[in-house]
Amino acid sequence: MNALPTIRAAFVIGRRDFTATVFSKAFLFFLLGPLFPIVIGLLFGGIGANIATQAERPRIAVIGYENDIRRLEGARARVAGILDGQPAIEFVYYQPAADESALRQRLLTGSRPAVVGVLTGGTFLPKFIGSLDPEGPTARQLRLIVGQAQVPPGLEGQPIAVTQVKRTAGRTSAARTLTAHAGQALLFLLTLLLAGMLLSQLIEEKSNKVIEVLAAAVPVDAIFLGKLFAMLAMSLLGIAVWASAAVAAVTFLADPGTLSALPAPALGWPGFVLMAIIYFAFGYLLIGAAFLGVGAQASTVREVQTLSMPITMSQVVIFAIAAAAASNPDGTAGIFAAVFPLSSPYAMLARAALDGRWWPHLLAIAWQALWLAVILRLAAAYFRRSVLKSGPKRPSWLSRLRKREPRPAAATARP
Amino acid sequence: MLRQAQHNGLAPSTADIAIEAHDLVKDFGDKRAVDGVSLSVPAGRIYGILGPNGAGKTTTLRMLLGIIDPSSGTRRLLGRDRPLEAASEVGYLPEERGLYPAMTAREAIAFMGALRGLPLGEGRRRATAMLAERGLVDWTNRPIRTLSKGMAQTVQLLGTLVHDPKLIVLDEPFSGLDAINQEKLEEQIRARAAAGVTVIFSTHVIAHAERLCERIAIIAAGKVAFEGAVDEARGTLRPIVQLTTRAPDGPWRAALPANARRNGAVWTFELPPGGPEPLLKALIDGGAGIETLSIERPGLHDAFVAIAGEAAARDLSSSQQETA
Repeated sequence: MNALPTIRAAFVIGRRDFTATVFSKAFLFFLLGPLFPIVIGLLFGGIGANIATQAERPRIAVIGYENDIRRLEGARARVAGILDGQPAIEFVYYQPAADESALRQRLLTGSRPAVVGVLTGGTFLPKFIGSLDPEGPTARQLRLIVGQAQVPPGLEGQPIAVTQVKRTAGRTSAARTLTAHAGQALLFLLTLLLAGMLLSQLIEEKSNKVIEVLAAAVPVDAIFLGKLFAMLAMSLLGIAVWASAAVAAVTFLADPGTLSALPAPALGWPGFVLMAIIYFAFGYLLIGAAFLGVGAQASTVREVQTLSMPITMSQVVIFAIAAAAASNPDGTAGIFAAVFPLSSPYAMLARAALDGRWWPHLLAIAWQALWLAVILRLAAAYFRRSVLKSGPKRPSWLSRLRKREPRPAAATARP
Repeated sequence: MLRQAQHNGLAPSTADIAIEAHDLVKDFGDKRAVDGVSLSVPAGRIYGILGPNGAGKTTTLRMLLGIIDPSSGTRRLLGRDRPLEAASEVGYLPEERGLYPAMTAREAIAFMGALRGLPLGEGRRRATAMLAERGLVDWTNRPIRTLSKGMAQTVQLLGTLVHDPKLIVLDEPFSGLDAINQEKLEEQIRARAAAGVTVIFSTHVIAHAERLCERIAIIAAGKVAFEGAVDEARGTLRPIVQLTTRAPDGPWRAALPANARRNGAVWTFELPPGGPEPLLKALIDGGAGIETLSIERPGLHDAFVAIAGEAAARDLSSSQQETA
């Protein structure tokens, strides 16, 4: 492959793909893409939480005197305040009856109100009969409330004095792990999305028969590289737009100081963003090259789906390994994920959030670049052989073993 | 110079050869699509590859252009062993036309030029001029998807020519065109050849090859059955004589070859090797009483039948009918 004409031709192909994509309606949807999961998440999250609160709030009948009821209600209110959104037990109070057994039976079997159990004996000798799992969350909450109610008034003890500091090692570490996971997830989703878009474009070109016009004019390697880098450029533009929109939204909509309050990743924000871009580029190019190489065989969308399924599943497994190793990058799984070429971008991005040293990144970039060169070359060769069913049929290893004698030079010559 | 050399009966020199192929073979799995094709296309000439559908014409052209590699054999294109190195001097119109539907006509032409090394700005300028020349100025900025099939084909042809190639390769260029546009395309091919451009095209329509080409290759079942000048192809058959006589029989019958056929009063036979004069003398001396006598040079179709066989000729006819 002569490098200069190939690069020039790749630029022509890439420029066409980039402009065709960026100046299309589909790109607008691509830019708006992240809004959909956010909106849907908020919408369904809200509805779901509401339904869960309504449906799962356990109701318990309490048969007791005024004093017990007051203390239980006070304890319930205190516990409900620390449940952080979890449904608190709802008490329905009843005065003791002459035939307590009959009242209890009526409450357990009646449907207005439907209760999960009946609490009797006040706070002194509490006794619960009902359908709760004794070790389940509702039973534990009930024990906590009753325990609180049993503390005599005035003996609750002094509340803990809390002095807030900006950062602690534990909090920063937790926040950085969260940043690492979020970065990995974003990288994974973007990579898969773009690799899929790349394949769709290739299929469109094959169905338009444009591919033959291209292959007659430029090396097939240039088509491969042009398409790959055009999609990378398009995605970087998208990321720049999303990042700007996110910063603008936080600056104008969130409380002042929200951005500065975010705990900085170990490499600092500029370093982390730089590494995120580099690892995104490597991650995308590695998986995109594999997609393009394999996808060149397909001529319909259905074939693409069939062919890309194993790669997607492998990528999910690789992502899962990298995600599992994210919180402990120096563990065996973390080092394996950093060394294995396809998971290396994910693992190293997590490390950028957690570890402040630069040299592992320089080493990883060199390592990934080496593998990128190898995979690009292999995938481009496969693409070249598959895209127009070009190249001689490769004999099987068995026939190669059998065929020991050299073939005549004229028959093997390939210009 | 080449034309003069050939007229003088001299073979063209290597420098005058635009395309050379030796023993090209292409296998797709177990199927051999092209089986030992050798051909030589002189520079500045119109060269036709003639054969029925599925004969291996497109695969041969793709190998010559470097779109696909041969399984074995060699080829040289404009003096280069690697055909893509000559890409900037080549224009190629594939059989299956391919354009980006969302691109405008001008951008499509300029893009095809850019693929061949023409700067995009210059490509746009030339595209505008070419479209204006053909009265298509209103279509300059229209997306390809809004053009008719014929117009889209014109746009693709202009894209093939925008960078002024030295060699134009057209794969079934006449298919899908109406008679008027076929004639226009023939004129364009002749004009380019007159300007010194080499044109090679494949076709399954003998009339196009006969009207346009100086040299042809007849391909059937992946093999070259004939390669040479059109006159040479015709020369593989003796001229056909058709004769009607007043005398039904007589000594003149001895002048007819053994395989002469009679259909009513008309005798049809190949002109004997001695030529027309000894034949005429023998007929007159034998008292045939010649009523009519015509000597016709065989057409390319007859030559095709003789060279490639009846089966290939039938395939060719059915290919033409499919296209029609």
